[in-house]
Amino acid sequence: MNIVRVGWTDLGRLKRQADGFVYCCFNRRGHRGNTEDFMDWQAFRLTIRLAVLVAAVLFVVGLPIAYWIAYSRRRWKFVVEAVVALPIVLPPTVLGFYVLVALGSRSPLGRWWQSLTGHTLAFTFGGLVIGSILYSLPFAVQPFAAAFSLVDAKLMAASAVLGASKLRTFFRVVLPLSVPGVVTGIALSFAHTMGEFGVVLMVGGNIPGVTRTVSIDIYDRVQAFDYAGANQTALVLLAISFVTLCVVYGVNRRLWLVWK
Amino acid sequence: MNSDASVVEIKKSLPAAGADFVLEVGFRLDAGFTILYGPSGAGKTTLLDCIAGLTAPDAGRIAITDRVFFDDAKGINLPAQRRRVGYVFQSLALFPHLSAEKNIGYGLARVEASERRRKTDAILESFRIAHVRDRRPEEISGGEQQRVALARSLVTDPGVLLLDEPLAALDAVTKGKIIDDLRAWNQMHRVPILYVTHSREEVFALGERVVVLERGRITAQGTPQEVMTAPRLETVAQLAGFENIFAVTVTAAHENRGTMTCRIACSTVELETPLVRAAEAGSAVRVGIRAGDILLATVEPRGLSARNVFSGRMVSLEQRDVTVVVKVDCGVVMEVHLTLAARDALELRVGRDVWLIVKTYSCHVMAGRGPQKHA
Repeated sequence: MNIVRVGWTDLGRLKRQADGFVYCCFNRRGHRGNTEDFMDWQAFRLTIRLAVLVAAVLFVVGLPIAYWIAYSRRRWKFVVEAVVALPIVLPPTVLGFYVLVALGSRSPLGRWWQSLTGHTLAFTFGGLVIGSILYSLPFAVQPFAAAFSLVDAKLMAASAVLGASKLRTFFRVVLPLSVPGVVTGIALSFAHTMGEFGVVLMVGGNIPGVTRTVSIDIYDRVQAFDYAGANQTALVLLAISFVTLCVVYGVNRRLWLVWK
Repeated sequence: MNSDASVVEIKKSLPAAGADFVLEVGFRLDAGFTILYGPSGAGKTTLLDCIAGLTAPDAGRIAITDRVFFDDAKGINLPAQRRRVGYVFQSLALFPHLSAEKNIGYGLARVEASERRRKTDAILESFRIAHVRDRRPEEISGGEQQRVALARSLVTDPGVLLLDEPLAALDAVTKGKIIDDLRAWNQMHRVPILYVTHSREEVFALGERVVVLERGRITAQGTPQEVMTAPRLETVAQLAGFENIFAVTVTAAHENRGTMTCRIACSTVELETPLVRAAEAGSAVRVGIRAGDILLATVEPRGLSARNVFSGRMVSLEQRDVTVVVKVDCGVVMEVHLTLAARDALELRVGRDVWLIVKTYSCHVMAGRGPQKHA
């Protein structure tokens, strides 16, 4: 996985370049002359890009949140944990609605973005990324936090007594001993983002090449009675997700054996 | 004022299973070994944690040689990272993902690489663990793990060393070797060493001073001889390994002889013990006798110097490692420790009539309440 973090302004440029490339390479005319007869590789490229980006951002953002959840002793920690876990139980349309409103031109955030770039984030790839980050947050943070809390507190105490700052203790003791949990969190947030539907539909708006992800593509094909196309696309998504998870749990298992 | 002297004064409330209690101690810590001795739950580990900076006392002052770690009056609380404390935990807390060499070098991160290598090599050699330098903790033996944990703490040249039962899980031979290593290190680096243990052997092997901690308070301080062999508190006696403790009533005090006669409660057995000041007929005290101080005879002894000779019957015989534990009912049940050779030579068996002999000076008169300890 080559995870590259790009800035928001680069995003649009990168996306356009990638889409052009994808279009040239993968769009071929079918025997009926209709490009849509073949699986929409554009949707796949888009979805994978989305999932990789979201997993990368959640890795950077989720680690500090998980660290706080694992080690803080504030009495209101449970509130933070509940907020992080919300996306698991909320209907995606609820989350999608609120994200759309927040990104749209009627909210302070949306207006600020509009003043910067000339348009809102709603119905853009950037808006999708934000929505997906929120939606997949617990799938990264919870495995991270669980892994951190399993690290023996005595090891962290030993590290402190030996002169290591909290940051150094984190990078040299906690993180290396939490690799299975961190890998799980990254992979789950990747796989979960791959399979999003509700939030993506509401925030993204199903624009081909911009916000039409694979899951929405399948939905469209079913609506258009293109069951063959839907089936092919669904199978590929199923295979990608399954392979991702197999790799994760397989790697996890070997890692556990090493530490045992 | 000795500039080497360190002071530890701590007051901290501890929530504990059962009843909360307060850890309240104040003692001086000189260079060399100070043994911290006491039952589990007494607060020993908390005391060490306070000195190391892992937990803060509610009030007090901790100063090691000339550095003040904690002083609530002045608002000083040095973080653990800056205290230069060597702390060997009971569980060792070796980093499982790092080799022995990397474990030892962990505290030397700020030291230049070649110097770090040199120091690590030196301590690996002196603790005889150079052959395991590339192995992870799970791949080496218990004794080697102990030595790695010790080396890790000592290589940073700490100003004070805290050891929490470091030798608990080791066999006698390995223990002996590590104790020698520690003593050698102590000769070269005269820093205060606070050593927590349950073991009497370690107290005598290492202790220059002993501090007994019970339920958060110091109940005895002094040299090992003072604290362990002549305990004045029954609780200390129990800790120090007196197997027989009886509640007795003084029947007569013999000033001219320096002894007194006591009757063991609920029996007719009379003991002759050393005279204790302020003892008079009728006072109730407690007497402790070590099982190893009692002699056993299979024929009635004559012409002995000992004043306490009792006849009784053996009620149990048990072998524990290399000691034979015998219980004899002579009006009260007394526990006696014998060697295996003695058991075989005397052909001891349960139900046999025997005589017990106890020297007057083996009876230690103590104050203190507490349940009578029957053998």
